[in-house]
Amino acid sequence: MLIRRFEEEAARHYAKGNIGGFLHLYIGQEAIAVAAADVLQPQDYIFQTYRDHGIALARGMSPNAAMAELFGKDTGCSRGFGGSMHFFDVERGFLGGWAIVGGHLALAAGTAFKSKYNEEDRVTICFFGEGSTNIGGFHEAMSLAGLWKLPIVFVCENNQYAMGTPLERTSPLTDLSIKAEGYGMMGDHLEGHDVDVVQAHLAKAVDRARNGGGPTFVEIKTYRFRGHSMSDPAKYRSRTELEQRKQQDPVTVVRERLLGMGVDESTIDDIDLEVDEALDEAVRFAEESEPAREELMMSTVLAPEGDS
Amino acid sequence: MAKIIGLPKLSPTMEEGTLVAWIKKEGDEVEVDDLLAEVETDKATMEFRSFDRGVLLKILVKEGETLEPDVPVAIIGKAGEDIGELLAQVEAGAASGAAAAAAAEPESAPAPVSAPESAPVPEPAVDTESSDRILSSPLVRRLAREKSIDLRTVEGSGPRGRIIKRDIDTYEERPSSAGTFSGERLPPRVVQASSMRRTIARRLTESTQTIPHYYLTIDVDIAPLADAREAMNAELAADGEKVSLNDLIIKSAAVALRRVPEVNSSWMGKEIHYHQVVDISIAVSVEEGLMTPVIRDADQKGISEISAEVRELAARAREKKLQPEEMSNGTFSISNLGMFGIEEFTAVINPPEAAILAVGTIRHEPAVTEDGIAPGRRMRFTMSCDHRLIDGATGAKYMAALKRILEAPGNMLL
Amino acid sequence: MRELRYREALREAMFEEMERDERVFLMGEEVGHYQGAYKVSEGLLEKFGEKRVIDTPIAEAGFAGIGIGAAMVGLRPIIEFMTWNFSFVAFDQIISNAAKVHQMSAGAIRVPIVFRGPNGAAKQVASQHSHSCAPFYTSIPGLYVIQPSTPRDAKGLLKSAIRSNNPVIFLEGETLYGVKGEVPDEGVEELIPIGESRLARPGADCTIVTWGRPYYTVLAAAEKLAAEGIECEVIDPRTLRPLDTKLMVESVRKTNRCVVVHEHWPYGGPGAEIVDRIQREAFDYLDAPVDRVTGLDVPMPYALNLEDKVLPTEERVIDAVKRVSYAR
Repeated sequence: MLIRRFEEEAARHYAKGNIGGFLHLYIGQEAIAVAAADVLQPQDYIFQTYRDHGIALARGMSPNAAMAELFGKDTGCSRGFGGSMHFFDVERGFLGGWAIVGGHLALAAGTAFKSKYNEEDRVTICFFGEGSTNIGGFHEAMSLAGLWKLPIVFVCENNQYAMGTPLERTSPLTDLSIKAEGYGMMGDHLEGHDVDVVQAHLAKAVDRARNGGGPTFVEIKTYRFRGHSMSDPAKYRSRTELEQRKQQDPVTVVRERLLGMGVDESTIDDIDLEVDEALDEAVRFAEESEPAREELMMSTVLAPEGDS
Repeated sequence: MAKIIGLPKLSPTMEEGTLVAWIKKEGDEVEVDDLLAEVETDKATMEFRSFDRGVLLKILVKEGETLEPDVPVAIIGKAGEDIGELLAQVEAGAASGAAAAAAAEPESAPAPVSAPESAPVPEPAVDTESSDRILSSPLVRRLAREKSIDLRTVEGSGPRGRIIKRDIDTYEERPSSAGTFSGERLPPRVVQASSMRRTIARRLTESTQTIPHYYLTIDVDIAPLADAREAMNAELAADGEKVSLNDLIIKSAAVALRRVPEVNSSWMGKEIHYHQVVDISIAVSVEEGLMTPVIRDADQKGISEISAEVRELAARAREKKLQPEEMSNGTFSISNLGMFGIEEFTAVINPPEAAILAVGTIRHEPAVTEDGIAPGRRMRFTMSCDHRLIDGATGAKYMAALKRILEAPGNMLL
Repeated sequence: MRELRYREALREAMFEEMERDERVFLMGEEVGHYQGAYKVSEGLLEKFGEKRVIDTPIAEAGFAGIGIGAAMVGLRPIIEFMTWNFSFVAFDQIISNAAKVHQMSAGAIRVPIVFRGPNGAAKQVASQHSHSCAPFYTSIPGLYVIQPSTPRDAKGLLKSAIRSNNPVIFLEGETLYGVKGEVPDEGVEELIPIGESRLARPGADCTIVTWGRPYYTVLAAAEKLAAEGIECEVIDPRTLRPLDTKLMVESVRKTNRCVVVHEHWPYGGPGAEIVDRIQREAFDYLDAPVDRVTGLDVPMPYALNLEDKVLPTEERVIDAVKRVSYAR
């Protein structure tokens, strides 16, 4: 719910001009981030693409820091230096939103490499879209991860459209998870609108990595209810398709399940209210914060030397 | 809580949009991301989808209206909510918006600032023809500055005549120009002509080539003028002032111009301009050559005044502090080489003037008077005339008038 | 001091740093069992084992990215490109990731990684294998770019690079690996600071700035010029980013003229950057324009006679020095 409302607010403020550049919303895919956050341990590493608000919030980033980052403020999680596409939260192991398609998979394999090198009880989870599965970066990272049995879970959030191009037009396979076999790793695929189902599958993959079983490639079929980014009117899909998909809204699924379990409607409404208030607070916080600092711009090009 | 919904920016570059169609009606339920309306922008017809959920309580803008982003278009809230306050807000906003717009109108059209009359750009004193550029390396320029070397006097041996360090080294080692005869024949010392020199060369060549000069000489008894001067100086001694003979000559020549005004003219091709003022250009010798400050209305000024002005202008001429307008547009010139002992000479007319008066030195020689031969003081004046403007008779008339004044200065009072 | 070949100096540097710090590891093609494509990493696998000397498949983007990821969370990788020509496959990882993450995370994440390997022409290996890559990397803020000319500088700078908390582009040279030079004695630790130029040869008549293979061409040309009475002052920047122009400017103040000699192509790059800085910082001391002797603006041909023409030659260096000296 928090993710859903955060994304809706972000959209509003992008339209107002408070947020600039690119904005990629996670609406419709929330179940995946929430499930992943649930199965991961605090010491685990996370990598995501530019569609990174969902996992950052699910992992525990405060909506204040997230909204402030979108507004380009010093109090943002990347102090205004990253923007929507480059959220970072090192304390919580969230190692970034990355903007080059397929570019961060090797980095994730790298952190997994280090976990193995140092014999740590630590797993890396790496999210990317189905549009990344053709590019060289995907192939090389998967190859090396499979070869060296790195403790990593590759999660392919297959939302059916790489920007404006549907999967059928970019891939000879509709079941991407069989690529896993080509890289010597386990593959899995599932529908992603039910958070409990996602949680169960991810838990298996994460445990496998944690226990030395090597990497897994998990393909999760999902859907984004908005365009690829704010500039995308999403004319490449039909109204009917969107309406159908909205019937499987992960937020609705959870709501209904809770009601079914006997939770009072008013409790749910209270949660909704809490979330709304948190968002109002986040927007206010972002508006009132200082803008990104110029001095920091020069001093963060290179890391200070010494103590090595 | 009901909210006022403003028109969002449907693309980063959207400046205004036309609400072409409302998809939802007043009273409809609205979910987040539901299509509210279609808005036409410069790029395309865009979908306006809701950011809020609730009931569309009021539509504020009609189909077909064009508006800017942020302008209120609707109110969304809970069914049955009282939106009176919000409506009032919208009204007030619109009114103040209109007022602000109206107020902004006159402000936004800035009062035309009358551009101050820019002073006419004076002709640059320095001639900046590119072919005259001295090429030199940055190092050389610095050395020249530090050692006060005039690069115009240094020969450049680098590419395209660039002066390089070696040339400065050679320059400094050269024997002094006033050197002893060493038996070696030296090549000429090459100097870049200064801009003043080049200007003088150009103007005077032009003058002799285009103006038909002829010359009239009178020999004048200068004793009366010299005596008049002494008397004046005795008067002025109390104030510590003095006038020179030349000051008196200037005044005399100016007065004479009033009596023979044809000489105070300019040839302008198809027209002849007879000047209504008498402005005398005085040739002043300066270090680099010649300058001609102008005494305006010389006929109307007293001798003291002329004297002071001549002194002041000459001093500033030597310091190169004359303004261009102080050196131009004279109507007649006077050049005096008397202090160098020149008895008589012919000067070159300064176009577009008609004539120039050349003044010689005082000659102490026997003079024939009614009472026989007596020691006399005489001075020759030679006027160069532009024959296009001044015929011989006119020129002679002027010289006669001048002589009359010079030999009996009291005539000036007439 | 003792004499060591350039490749041996590099090997010693890696050896010493890997012994000193467990976090340092070497990864690249043929670095382990093959003993290194150019024998730079010979013996390292035996000493440190497969955990720390890792052979990779041919997947530059993959293992460069893995190196960067590992560096982001605390290891200190040395990533070897078999030649810098192959770094183009990993260009995105270096430019978009390694050079950016420290700033994008506002200083929260560091990337203490060294990318190293042979760079430039290597005698008749033709155009795809002869790129002199400094210009591609020197314009990127967030990277260090080092190109040592001598064995001593190679060792001292590689050690500093490995200890640096920032990503380093370390450009060696296949035709330099065999060059002998003085290095400190065993047991004497020398760390050469990153970002410092070195005076290679003093002289009063003309300043030459050079690095890499042409460094040796310049020294030979300087001897010939000395015989004609022109004493060249030769300065080696050693680090190309950040560029230390202090020595160069001081030298030009003395000699009033400068020639920059480098292997990379003429358009832009550190060669042009040096000219720009000298003309600005030493303007009033220049008696002639700053001149350059560069690799010719062509893809490197295979034929030896042509390759020799493309690379800076002694003749071209001597001509340039005489030109800026207005020698008669």
